[in-house]
Amino acid sequence: MVGSKKNTVYSMLVLLPSLILLLIFVYGFIGNSFYVSLTDWGTGAALRENPLKNLIGLENYRQLFTGAIHDRFRQDLVNAIFYSLFLVAGTLGLGLFLAIMLDKGPKGENTLRTVFLFPMALSFVVTGTIWRWIFSPKGGVNLIPTWFGKERGEFLWLSSREQVAVFNWQNVPQIVALILFIIFALLLYGGWKKGRQTQIIWGAVLSGLMLFYALVLHNLLPPIIPYEEFHGFSLATIGIIIAAVWQYSGYTMALYLAGLRGLPVAMYESAKMDGASDITYYLKIAIPNMWPITLSAIIIISHISLKLFALIFSMAGADNASTGHPSVLMYLITFRANNFAVGAAISVILFLMAALFIIPYLIQSYRARR
Amino acid sequence: MKKGLTLLITLLLLLPMVSVWAGGQQEGAAEAEETEAVVAPEVELDYGKPSGDLEIFSWWAGDEAPALNALIDLYNDDYPQVEVINATVTGGSGVNAKAVLKTRMLGGDPPDSFQVHAGQELIGTWVAAERMLDLTPLFESEGWLDVIPEDLINLIGTENGIWSVPVNVHRSNVMWYIPENLEEWGVEAPQSWDDFLEIADDLEAEGVVPLSLATNWTVNHLWESVALGVLGADKYDGLWNGELSWTSDEAVEVWATLDEILEYTNDDFSSLSWQQATDLVVDGDAAFNIMGDWAAGYMSTTLNLEPGNDYMWAASPGTEGVFMFLADSFGFPKGVKNPAATLSWLKTCGSLEGQDTFNPLKGSISARTDSDLSKYNDYSRSAAEDFADNRIVGSLAHGVTANEGFMNDFATVMEMFLNNRNPEQAANAAQAIAIQNGIVSR
Amino acid sequence: MSQNTLRRVSPIVYVMLLAAMVIFLVPIYMAIITALKNPAEIRLATAWHLPSYPYWQSFVEAYNMLLPSLRNSLILTITGTVLSSLVGSINGFVFSKNRFRGSEIVFTLFLFGMFIPYQIILIPLFQLLRAIGIYGSLYGLILAHVVYGIPITTLIFRNFYDQIPNSLVESARLDGAGFFGLYGRLFLPLSVPGFVVVGIWQFTQIWNEFLWGVTLTKQSSQPVTVGLAQLAGGQAVNWNLPMAGSFLAGFPVLLIYIFFGRYFIRGLLAGSVKE
Repeated sequence: MVGSKKNTVYSMLVLLPSLILLLIFVYGFIGNSFYVSLTDWGTGAALRENPLKNLIGLENYRQLFTGAIHDRFRQDLVNAIFYSLFLVAGTLGLGLFLAIMLDKGPKGENTLRTVFLFPMALSFVVTGTIWRWIFSPKGGVNLIPTWFGKERGEFLWLSSREQVAVFNWQNVPQIVALILFIIFALLLYGGWKKGRQTQIIWGAVLSGLMLFYALVLHNLLPPIIPYEEFHGFSLATIGIIIAAVWQYSGYTMALYLAGLRGLPVAMYESAKMDGASDITYYLKIAIPNMWPITLSAIIIISHISLKLFALIFSMAGADNASTGHPSVLMYLITFRANNFAVGAAISVILFLMAALFIIPYLIQSYRARR
Repeated sequence: MKKGLTLLITLLLLLPMVSVWAGGQQEGAAEAEETEAVVAPEVELDYGKPSGDLEIFSWWAGDEAPALNALIDLYNDDYPQVEVINATVTGGSGVNAKAVLKTRMLGGDPPDSFQVHAGQELIGTWVAAERMLDLTPLFESEGWLDVIPEDLINLIGTENGIWSVPVNVHRSNVMWYIPENLEEWGVEAPQSWDDFLEIADDLEAEGVVPLSLATNWTVNHLWESVALGVLGADKYDGLWNGELSWTSDEAVEVWATLDEILEYTNDDFSSLSWQQATDLVVDGDAAFNIMGDWAAGYMSTTLNLEPGNDYMWAASPGTEGVFMFLADSFGFPKGVKNPAATLSWLKTCGSLEGQDTFNPLKGSISARTDSDLSKYNDYSRSAAEDFADNRIVGSLAHGVTANEGFMNDFATVMEMFLNNRNPEQAANAAQAIAIQNGIVSR
Repeated sequence: MSQNTLRRVSPIVYVMLLAAMVIFLVPIYMAIITALKNPAEIRLATAWHLPSYPYWQSFVEAYNMLLPSLRNSLILTITGTVLSSLVGSINGFVFSKNRFRGSEIVFTLFLFGMFIPYQIILIPLFQLLRAIGIYGSLYGLILAHVVYGIPITTLIFRNFYDQIPNSLVESARLDGAGFFGLYGRLFLPLSVPGFVVVGIWQFTQIWNEFLWGVTLTKQSSQPVTVGLAQLAGGQAVNWNLPMAGSFLAGFPVLLIYIFFGRYFIRGLLAGSVKE
């Protein structure tokens, strides 16, 4: 509702302090970090009271993606993607499962809900400390096989250096091009089905370009780094993922439970009338109807996955490269190695990854509100 | 509505631009100031009577705390009116403390005095950043120039001054073992890495880990002992003064040897603290451990073992007659809140009584030549003798030979090596970071 | 689904729920038994065993070690929560009942601040706090928490005020209530549940925060999360202390969660923008 003119003036005056603070602390600071990432602040006299900084363009980014000593950043980036994927899959799967179990209102529902949600209230530092003990190589979960008369487990939960799904970093442009090709090809297909001409043209041109790059150009151009460098899914991250799923499944459970309870009872009854079993009801009717909830859960959880800093820090330590994450590396490079510019560049990359999810989400919710 | 969106996006894009510009303005101003040559200010010898709070920053928590506490008690006997704030940040070799210190120094809030490894770690970081006071007048007035070996003074000083007061000397290249256990397994402490590799298989057959290892920095610690053993003292020094290329065959050989040795270590090493690696040896699960002689402090003070009897030591394989040293020291940051107390603290640190109180508990030896050896245990006495007549080289892992930039990058190279075990590639990367950090010129 | 009287919950569901509950409680079990063991009794091989007798000393020791940081956290959390709730309340009032042209855009600009990874603002924040001379103190942390708390508190209050019928506002306006009169006399008294939701949410968020704690404070002002990380991250071989410490650090939020769980969940769901 819209008030009078006087009201509007008051409203603006009330908002002004918050707005100014956020303009500085959010937008201004983001811009400043971006600026720092374009400088060489970090070499030589970085720690002086009035440090020297020179603009060096995108050199820090180039170094991060192709420089010999930033091997760890590239692995951390790969880790970040896997963290996000598994955290989203794990929390959505487990949360949905728990919500369906609770949907029918079993006895003790309140207690159960409390138990599933309490980890969410705790700090990552608290839970990380506990999980570190649980995953210590010679104790904790590795002892479980001994209860069944088997040998103690040998898996190094947080320090294993094993990797699966290994790929050569030199092939990353090709892989990215192929992924883009698939996206553009889908666009082309969609346009063709709906008979939208511009979409067909764009889809065809872009997918063609991507395919051309992936199949021809990539092999002709010099590789982005001069030697083969392998990265993959680091098995040491499994422990962190388990802890994070444990902590956030209650949240997706709460989201889904609210969603399930929000579905009209008639929906369930008519499904039953048609002879559907409970399982069919959930799979065919309830879950598809909760798509908006799933979408917002995906966005929130993938955004949380970029904030794993405290969990990794307290569970595996900042130095442990196998469980690394760009947010941890940013801390190390900035505050231990004094390299502010490179630290800022990493933070910008993290920010862009988050923005990829958040900006479309905010625009969509902005439209929904209007 | 479209208009609103456009406005939103424009705003979002515009703001960073403005702040980039504002940032640029501000940096420009800083640059202008910087062009004037700065001469490091010297410490004054009279700041008045010390009182108030004195914040001492270190990473001596846990097992290393008793030594520091004893030193603080001694200080308080002399200066009861000063309230000492003992600010410690845990984590071996200062891994976490250095990050905290950095944020505080940058935040314009230096502790009154902080622990720092003597050598390039201090010089390459805080002296280069012009954040420390020159302590030469203090060294002169206290007569320390006569009692602290010149080699050591050279390492803690530059042409422009002396930057910290060393409180101890530690040895890095020591191999620890339990004599009783070795006897049982029928092996002797190896004289060279070849010897070690020979007996390692037998030890593994016994179900014993030949060499225990711990978290990341201890691998760097192992590397420097291996490098010294493989290269010898002259060529090891050559790595730091540019006489030996990091890509030379000898340097590659260091990595190749490390690769072989790593086959005989406990595979859960990255999740252990250095004490836990020592525990493996003490508990008979591992045969040897290479660690600085703070391990002696841990075994004698915390575990109540008797040096020379319950546990034994030798120079790490192939390094007999060479003493790879590191030293902890305290400096005087510019702009401290309580300079009078800082000055008095540094006097206590450098005094004979201070050093002979602190070091027997810490498991280190005094940086002074006039120290009373009867206060020290068997291990320390032998270390003191070695320090007096051995060839002295500096430690990499503990900040003597290279600046922090190199140390951090080296940790990354090591991480890379642990993952791919490629000696050639590690040597190339080490060369690259040595150039980048100004250890060797292009 | 609210009318579930017709449905029978099958025993299989109970079994699965029970199993899930047990698994969810494993970390708590581990923390309790380890905290209660005598350090000499803590062995990796017997990690799952109950302590032979409860050893309370660890809690006393951990409490003594964490006391200064617990005190800091308490001051920080209470101040931060109160301030950011107040700001959020009046902002939410504007965004809900006093919309003007462009207020939705401003609101979206606000919300954005809630979703950024805080690493991106860390370096400038650090420099700003240094420049205005409050780096390393609790004030700096409080400022950060208040500012970055504005988006979420505004959002929750806006959603809350949206539930107050507009007719009520209209009639109050007809009775001559101005902007502040309306807020002070009508909305503020009605806001108690809103303050509870926001307060609980901010309390847990600020209490649990770690990144700023570890980069923007010195020892004398560090919050309990940093204190705990120190206690656990060092050379601690004795796991009784970190576990007891975890308990102490987690206790206040756990208490709040148990007593005000309902409100906590509302704050949680508000975090997904649309309630």
